[in-house]
Amino acid sequence: MSAASATKLTELDIAAARAGLARGDFSSVALTEAHIRAMEAARGLNAFVVETPERALEQARASDERRRRKEPARRLDGIPLAIKDLFCTQGVQTTAGSHILEGFIPGYESTVTAKLWDAGAVMLGKTNLDEFAMGSSNATSYFGPVKNPWRRADNKDLVPGGSSGGSAAAVAARIALGALGTDTGGSIRQPAAFCGIVGIKPTYGRVSRWGTVAFASSLDQAGPMTRTVRDSALMLGVISGHDPKDSTSSPLPVPDFEAALGGDLKGLKVGIPKEYRVDGMSAEIDALWKRGIAWLEAAGARAVEVSLPHTSYALPTYYIVAPAEASSNLARYDGVRYGLRVPGESVDELYQNTRGSGFGREVRRRILIGTYVLSAGYYDAYYVKAQQIRTLIGEDFRKAFETVDVMLTPTSPSVAFAIGEKMDDPIAMYLNDVFTVPTNLAGLPGISVPAGLDGSGLPLGLQIVGRPFDEATVFKAAAALEQAAAFTTRPTMLRGA
Amino acid sequence: MAYTIEGKTGTWEAVIGLEVHAQVVAQAKLFSGAATEFGAEANTQVSLVDAAFPGMLPVLNRHCVEQAIRTGLGLKAAINRYSVFERKNYFYPDLPQGYQISQFAHPIVGTGTIVLDMPDGTSRSVGIERLHLEQDSGKSLHDQDPRRSFIDLNRSGVALMEIVSKPDMRSPEEVGAYLRKLRSILRYLGTCDGNMDEGSMRCDANVSVRHAGEEYRTRAEIKNVNSVRFVMQAIEYEARRQVDVYESGGKVVQETRLFDSRNGETRPMRSKELAHDYRYFPDPDLLPLELDEADIERIRASLPELPDEKKARFITDYGLSPYDAGVLVAEKENAAYYEAAVGDAKGRDQKAIANWVMGDLFAALNRTGRDVTDSPVTPENLARLVELIADATISGRTAKEVFEAMVETGKDPGTIVAEKGLRQITDTGALEAAIDGVIAANAEKAAEVRAGKDRMLGWFVGQVMKATGGKGNPALVNELLRKKLAP
Amino acid sequence: MALDRETVRKIAFLARLKVPEEELAALTGELDNIIGWVEQLGKVDTKSVEPMTSVGKFKPYMREDAVSERRPREDILANAPDAEDGFFTVPKVIE
Repeated sequence: MSAASATKLTELDIAAARAGLARGDFSSVALTEAHIRAMEAARGLNAFVVETPERALEQARASDERRRRKEPARRLDGIPLAIKDLFCTQGVQTTAGSHILEGFIPGYESTVTAKLWDAGAVMLGKTNLDEFAMGSSNATSYFGPVKNPWRRADNKDLVPGGSSGGSAAAVAARIALGALGTDTGGSIRQPAAFCGIVGIKPTYGRVSRWGTVAFASSLDQAGPMTRTVRDSALMLGVISGHDPKDSTSSPLPVPDFEAALGGDLKGLKVGIPKEYRVDGMSAEIDALWKRGIAWLEAAGARAVEVSLPHTSYALPTYYIVAPAEASSNLARYDGVRYGLRVPGESVDELYQNTRGSGFGREVRRRILIGTYVLSAGYYDAYYVKAQQIRTLIGEDFRKAFETVDVMLTPTSPSVAFAIGEKMDDPIAMYLNDVFTVPTNLAGLPGISVPAGLDGSGLPLGLQIVGRPFDEATVFKAAAALEQAAAFTTRPTMLRGA
Repeated sequence: MAYTIEGKTGTWEAVIGLEVHAQVVAQAKLFSGAATEFGAEANTQVSLVDAAFPGMLPVLNRHCVEQAIRTGLGLKAAINRYSVFERKNYFYPDLPQGYQISQFAHPIVGTGTIVLDMPDGTSRSVGIERLHLEQDSGKSLHDQDPRRSFIDLNRSGVALMEIVSKPDMRSPEEVGAYLRKLRSILRYLGTCDGNMDEGSMRCDANVSVRHAGEEYRTRAEIKNVNSVRFVMQAIEYEARRQVDVYESGGKVVQETRLFDSRNGETRPMRSKELAHDYRYFPDPDLLPLELDEADIERIRASLPELPDEKKARFITDYGLSPYDAGVLVAEKENAAYYEAAVGDAKGRDQKAIANWVMGDLFAALNRTGRDVTDSPVTPENLARLVELIADATISGRTAKEVFEAMVETGKDPGTIVAEKGLRQITDTGALEAAIDGVIAANAEKAAEVRAGKDRMLGWFVGQVMKATGGKGNPALVNELLRKKLAP
Repeated sequence: MALDRETVRKIAFLARLKVPEEELAALTGELDNIIGWVEQLGKVDTKSVEPMTSVGKFKPYMREDAVSERRPREDILANAPDAEDGFFTVPKVIE
């Protein structure tokens, strides 16, 4: 196969690749090889912690073999994907972007990745991320920052967002047809917006957390990152469903998300939360938001203003709840059963040395905050208080969803920034997630759709938030947005090539 | 009589509360599918969850929840329809997650009561504060290597019920009675095997002392004592120690202490010197546990008869004393044995059977190291033995000999009596012949009896029994002798 | 309330994180900033508001009491940095 047609294969989306494979236009091996070449060519992005080309080809050959034997095609048969290195993959190093797990090789496969492989998907490798998914820039990874395939005029290296920055960069740079991310406070949607792709965080409980390295258990959800809304619907359908190994996974049946796509939005009521017009939001983002409202109205929806009164408390609430859970979830990394061990004279010294050098600065900071807010004398003032406000935030959404079907907001208050920026100001960094965090606290589904470019030529995303377990409506609205926005600009890196 | 500690400054009393960790009888662990069998090779019963691998999640074992409810009902306690699993955070090498999943603010079982059966036959109540479910930690072995401790996670994640009493006990004897009764109830319910040797029942004791009528003083916690006797010893030592501390002008500090069974003393636990801050919070991996009334009622309906009810029934139905009834019902296997032996026996025989069970049978089992459930003397055979005495086939004395043969051979008493020719002589003619022989050989003594020296009659009974090889019916022999030696 | 170095030292020990003495001052400042920032939550009236314990509103699935995971000990010890004789090991613990 010529280089030119190989390039074309990486330009397909999942739905088109699936159709091409079904028609026999190309094999999964050819499709996979094209992506492996793209992965190798784009190593400068540092999007992968581990590349698994042999395994990818093995899975691709198996897929081609199934097709040859005329077995019914699986839902992602032969489709090469990238996996955030937060999912435990059997026999393949899983690091969570941390020194403390360097070299850890799980003897088990996470439920979501197992579902992907059962659906015939192909694993290209494990993508880079903020350490333990704690970050909005991918700069906290022990394995170095990921570069955004988009650039602005000054040509500085930009962050891809985080924490699923490697996954977002890989999908935007046409290294993978889709990727798996996780979202605790915006870690799928914000990098999707920064890299000009689609990413959905499903309803809490829609997707199993078993085998996914935990950051904050009551907030974490896995989700797809793709170049189209349809591809996300397809992938989410594959990874969703009840898992008896996860007590918090919902027993509700999984609808056919792809079937929800298309058609107009007649009768759909879209809420515009007035509290999301925050100070310091750029005029460009505000303008894009207005354009988004107009697009949805043009598709038949009716926009109404709604109020989510406790919105401004969502971020501080999140920065109590998430570190509290993380401080406990990360206690297992102690140098005894797996991962890094830095010796010490006593057990306590072993722990302190191992954890002191195994965790990076941001992780240590969050563990300390979490330990503090749970400690005697502060528990009620911080943790209980935050969980009470979380109840109020959930109530805000519940009331608003009595009158509207979905909500439309910007995904992020800014575009991708330069690597190194905001690093010395944790709170400025935390503000990246101001529009995404509330949906995690309330457990709601939220999708980011690329909707335009800012003045410096960087992508901007709009977010659709839905009722619990109503991803179908979220996808429907997102597809309408996608169609109206007609976002086709390719990342800077791929232009002129 | 009240237990007191006499000091230089007066009389002190001990105030004791217990926290018992009872291992739930279950095939699998509280939150994982690993096995719970005792005595397996190190780290061979460990699931990925128990070893806290990244991304592993707990899933609650329904049976363990039901066992906790069953136990709560057995302790006449309130079952909480809403309870919450929380994380108790601390670092220890045999605690792989860095936290123990336990229940804190909302336990599954609330307040209840245990009735103690004291050795003098009296009863008294001890309050239960709460019962909650939690996971066990692994085991650290400190004596395998000079520089290192070895960690075995087989026990990690095993379901425990922590049963907390109110500080209602005042003596080591009450503590012993409490532990025995609690163990008995758990075994009746089938929720814990009560085996302290294998660690399936472990006990922490909170001990303080005070002068009668005072407010509670500072308490020390004695950790992980593994036999009833040691708990009693530890409390006795600790109460005395605290009295001595106060009387020498010192202060008792709230601390955790370890009991050393070699010298019978308690000492502060070194590794607990640094104050803990457990940072409890609801485990976000588990949803709150909400129980249906119907589930609770279903379990209530399946409860067996418990020791207190059984004891009351034994007293009413079989005419046993409270003490005897208490002894017989303590182990449900003994009670079952007794009831099987009683069958449809009446009145005096019911008491006689009780005496045989508590006396000769228990002694024989003890001596031969056997369990009542595989006793060589079956309940039916013991009942037959008592019948043979009642219908005068054998004498009480002969019965002892028959019983020993039953222990040895497992045969039924009728066969043994026949084989050994132990049937009591009730034939008047045969006995008269024997009596006549004895009188003839002891004419002088016979004359003395006839002359009114009644005391000699006993000697004659003995001689006749000897002459009949012990088979003479003692009552009949007595009666005939009185006739023959009448003045 | 302001976070001081002593508190940071204490929580660093609770979390078993070694913090070099020379980093303590800067770290205390950062943490104090974050805690100061989250304290705005004090403005919200939460009287009689139940704290959220879970976003899920369904009866949790429970497992049956059956042994479903028998794993060779090599699997459990495979990633251990210092396993011996079938055990994990740590520096000696004194009770």
